Parts: sequence; C-alpha cells; structure tokens
Amino acid sequence: MSPNITLVVVSGVLVAAGVSLLLERTLTRVLVGITLLSNGVNVLFLVASGPPGGAPIVGRTPIGEMSDPLPQAMVLTAIVITLGMVAFVLALSYRSWQLNGHDEVQDDVEDRRIVRRADRDQASASYDDESRDDGTTAGERTGPGRAGRSAASAGDPDAPPLADALRPDDSEAVGG
Amino acid sequence: MDPMDSLARVLLPLPVVLPLFGAGLTLALARRPNAQRAISVTVLSVVVAAAVTLLVLTDSGRGTYSVDVGGWPPLLGIPLVADRLSTLMLVVSSVVTLAVLLYSLAQGIADGEEGAPVSIYHPTYLVLSAGVSNAFLSGDLFNLYVGFEVLLAASYILLTLGGTKARVRAGTTYVVVSLLSSLVFLTAIALVYMATGTVNMAELALRLPQVDPDVQLVLHLLLLVGFGIKAAVFPLSAWLPDSYPTAPAPVTAVFAGLLTKVGVYAVIRTETLLFPGVGGVNRLLLWVSLATMVVGILGAVAQSDVKRLLSFTLVSHIGYMVFGVALGSAAGLSGAVFYVAHHITVQTTLFLVTGLVERHSGSTNLDHLGSLAKRAPLLAVLFFVPALNLAGIPPFSGFLGKLALLQAGVDAGTWEAHVLVAGGVVVSLLTLYAIAKVWNRAFWQEPPAPGDLPEGAADRAGTGGATGRSGGTALEERTSVPRGMVAPTAALVAVGAAITVVAGPLFGVSDRAADDLLERTPYTSTVLHERVPEVPR
Repeated sequence: MSPNITLVVVSGVLVAAGVSLLLERTLTRVLVGITLLSNGVNVLFLVASGPPGGAPIVGRTPIGEMSDPLPQAMVLTAIVITLGMVAFVLALSYRSWQLNGHDEVQDDVEDRRIVRRADRDQASASYDDESRDDGTTAGERTGPGRAGRSAASAGDPDAPPLADALRPDDSEAVGG
Repeated sequence: MDPMDSLARVLLPLPVVLPLFGAGLTLALARRPNAQRAISVTVLSVVVAAAVTLLVLTDSGRGTYSVDVGGWPPLLGIPLVADRLSTLMLVVSSVVTLAVLLYSLAQGIADGEEGAPVSIYHPTYLVLSAGVSNAFLSGDLFNLYVGFEVLLAASYILLTLGGTKARVRAGTTYVVVSLLSSLVFLTAIALVYMATGTVNMAELALRLPQVDPDVQLVLHLLLLVGFGIKAAVFPLSAWLPDSYPTAPAPVTAVFAGLLTKVGVYAVIRTETLLFPGVGGVNRLLLWVSLATMVVGILGAVAQSDVKRLLSFTLVSHIGYMVFGVALGSAAGLSGAVFYVAHHITVQTTLFLVTGLVERHSGSTNLDHLGSLAKRAPLLAVLFFVPALNLAGIPPFSGFLGKLALLQAGVDAGTWEAHVLVAGGVVVSLLTLYAIAKVWNRAFWQEPPAPGDLPEGAADRAGTGGATGRSGGTALEERTSVPRGMVAPTAALVAVGAAITVVAGPLFGVSDRAADDLLERTPYTSTVLHERVPEVPR
C-alpha cells in the first residue's frame, strides 16, 4: 500500500498547527488546537484506509474495488467522541470566564507556594510548627501570611517565568 | 459447549452493559433520588457478583474466555475477553466502586443534597464504572480507546462537579492533558492499522512480529506514551497531584484507585501481548519506574495537605507496578499484578479515610489538624491500618507485594534491576516517613490553638470543600461522622487487611495470570477460536 502523500502532508500540517495552539495559555485557543489536532489524526485514518474505492456494499461494488470500511467506522466514532469533548471544554472555558473574567489556564496554587518556599530556602509548613500560620492553603484565604508572600513575589526579580501568568490567580486569591 | 463456558459467556458482557443500562435508567429517574440510589447499588452489586464469578470461572476453568459481541466473527466484530488478569482487575475495581458508591450515598444524605447537581452523579458514576470494565475486558485496541473515552468523559464531569472555581481550574488541566493522551493513543491506533490491517489485539499479537522492527518501535512507544499519561508515569505525571485533590472525597478516592490502574493495565497488555520482550524498551521502563517512584515520593514529603500528599504517593507507587512490568519475567509480572490489586484497595481506602477526616475536622490540611487519635479513635485506626499497608509494613499486603517485586528484581540479576531494588526500598522508607508525618501531625500532635485558626478556616479544606458546597456547618459537625460513611471505609480497610490473609491464593492467581500473559497463546487462541486442548495446571 502506498500512502496518499497529500493526505499525509495535510495531517502533518493540522497536527503541527494544533500543537502550537495547544501551547497557548488561553483555553479557547487550546480548544481550537485540540480540534485541529484531532482532525489531523482523523485524516491519518483516511491514509490508513488506503486508495479510494466504491461503497463497501456487497452487490453494488465488485469486491476488489471496495474501499476499506473499518477506518471510516473508526474515524466516525473518533469524530463523535471529539465533538462531545469539545463541547465539554467549551462549557468549561465559558464557566472559567464566568468565574474569573478570563479563560486562562491557571497554575496549581499549592505547587507554586512550595516553589516559592524553595526559592526562599524556607522549611515546609508541615515541617516546622512555628511556621504554621505562614502558609495556610495559599490562594484560599487572606491570612497574615498573604501580605508577606505577595510582597516576596512582587519584589523578587528572579521569580519564575510563570509568575506573570499566575497573576490573575493571585488577585483572585486576594479578592476571595 | 460445557456449562462453565456458557455461563462465562453470559456473565462477560454484564460489567459493561449493566452499568450503562443503569446509567440510562438513573438519568430517566433524575427526580427520584431514592430510586436512583437503589438502581446504582443494585447494578454495582450485580457487577461485583458477576466479576467474582468470572474470576472463579477463569481461574478454575479454561483460563481465558471470549465473547464476540453481536455474534460477529472475531476479526470483523469486537471481542470481549476475560482472562485471569482482566477478571482480577475487574473484581478489585468493582468492589472498590461499590464501596465508594455507598460512602458517597451516606455523604450525600448527610449533606442534605440541596443545590448540588446530584441527579447527574449516579448516571455519571455508572458510566465511569462501565468505562473501566470495558477497558479491562476489551480485546480490541479501538474498543479499548472507546472504553478510555467513556471513563474519561465521566471523570471530567465528576471532577468538575458543581463547577466551583477550584474545580474548574483543576479540571481544565486534567481535561486537556487527558484529551492529549487520547489523541496520542488514537494516532497509535491509526498507525497500527496502517502497519497491520487490524486492531484486534489477538490478531495483532500474531501480525506485529512481521512488521519492520523500527516501525514496531514507533508503534510501541506511541502506545506507551498514551498509556503512560493515563497511568501517571513520571515525566507524564505532573497533572495528577494538581487535579485529583480538588474533587469531592469519594470521587478522588475512586479516581485514585481506578483510573491510573487502567493505564497500568493497558501498559501490561502492551508489554506482554502486543510487544513482548523488547529489551531496550524494558530498560527504558525500568529507569522510568525508578524516576516515578523517587520523584513522586519526594513530592509527597513536601506536601502539607493530606489529599495532595496521598496523590503524590499514588504517583510514586505506580513506579512499583511499572518496575514489575519492566522486569519482563513471570515473577515480576506476578508481583506487578498483585501490587495493582493491593494498591487499588489501599489507595482508595486512604482517600476515603481522608474524606472522613475532612468531615470530622473540616480540613485536610496538616496545619489545621491535630489530636485526632484522642478525639476520633476510630478514625485513627481506620487511617493507621491502610497507611501502614501502603508503606509496606509486615504483615500487610503492601509488604508482600513489595517483597515479591524486589525478589523478582534480585532474580533478574542485572545491575539495573539491583539499582531498582535499592530504589524501591528507599522509596518504601520515604513512604513510611510521609505517612508518619501525617500520623504525627494529624493524629498525635496537639491541634493548633484556636486563636491560630482564622474565622471560618474549618471549611477551607485545603483545596475544596467536601462536597463542593461551602460546608459552613463544618464546625458544628466536628464530631459527627455519619455511620454510613464509616461502614464502607471500614469494609475497605478490612478488604485491604484480608488481602494479607488470602495472599497465598491471590499470588496463585497472579502467578498463573503472569504465565498466561507471557505465553500469549491462551489469549490469542481463545479470541481467534483456535481451540487448544486444555492444559491441566
């Protein structure tokens, strides 16, 4: 079987575009990326089904000229599944916009807190009793520890590159 | 046809079909919560019974049974296959699913169930169960994909239940990563079909060796990446500790127990049935498993929230299973299968107990917990037993599973395997450290002085309330944990402890499962209907 080179190229371009969009921080762009990516994979199934042929119905097409129906069945299933998932992600990004006013994918709050502690060479909250009131569930409440932490992140020139993207989340925490 | 054969054929599709049917029914009865509860419990109980019967049948009977769904011959239709591995997984997963359902029912009743979209909880939960069963039983690569999608779609909904801020944030990452892994898997399926012209796993086992070795390697690695994301193997595991802890306690428990193990199951199938004994990939898997163990447990040590800590230990212990698979020997596989069965039970139990702690004290953050051993001795016992089990203290099953894996590692004899054995011991010790930290701070140590606790801190349970509502009553409920939540947890603790008692027979099953997996012919010949004379064991 010699694959159809046009389809292979189309699939490759779709996947490449999808991956590049997937790396964005906005959920709607990620969604478009996923759609392109999945279409790229679906085209790959067309490549798998080999040269085009007649409808695979006994009595209408001679057996030698039939196209392979199995990849088409699989691609249909995949399209339906992707449709459902895309609808769900769309709802999710709308909800995110409702809640936050944007649909940027945010970072893990707890994780960021631990990274900051590491940057400041500070022991974990669960290690030392004295530091107990310092880092209680960051992002969940505005406690005495918050002010110090925000100051630390604002004044820290070596803050990790993701710090900028995290800002929305930070303000959410302060506001909440 | 002998009666055992026909019985197995009747029972085999049940774990997939019944929950789906129940899901439809509960969706139709959305306005009658009592009917919903009755249907869910009945369906899952029947599934447990069917799974146990299937395990007994496969282990004492022919070893492997297959059903051609819809009566299509195997290469045209989709076979469902039950062998010792899949039925053992099915038994453990269905027992855990049922226990978590009972737990969540008690929690829902106690919480009053107002305002929460509980009407979709039952259908979604049943669909999740059907997806897991389908993934375990599928004998067709594309049907495996469908099974994954079914369980993932249900898991998206369960994870974002209520649509609170924290859950939407965590759900976003989870959904995107899962979609990506599914696309990688789908690409692999397309390429596999191009290379071989089939997606039937038994037929693939026969045709793949004729494919060019380089192409084989590409297909192999693509499948492993897809399954690796689902199983949360190290470089692909970062999504897990971020997303799991935000969900309601029972949801986290069932996810932690089952979803990653479905990935591990798929890895086992890939490594034994489709691409057996590829030395280079096995060596890669060995190192990956070491990294998973070490990175996971170091993450756990740094956490101060119990749910997050447990999520990291979950990642870490996936490493043990991959280690057993990577050894490629019968002993290694047997140890891995035993470890999966042990770990599903224990990890789910620990998350359920954490849910009880959250219920009792209003938080899962170690900074807010204390003196639980005095204030809630029953909770302490319920936590202590599975915790030691997880850390691998004799005589619990965690110890037996780790012992089997380490022994298999030593038997393998290569220097890499010895490094892994040493790594496994260290990680086990670090697990004990992490668990002891939780025990000390939450159960033994005095709680923080009341002045330390800011107003309403009780309901800020680390990363989300127990049920997605703003649990404002948590303070008053400090001491009352519904008996309906304790009973299923206690039952699972007992199941976890009972694994020690039945370890002999269980190792018998896992040994025979490993032999079947390595031999491959029992699987392929049954699915393709090439009857071979039964070999007495």
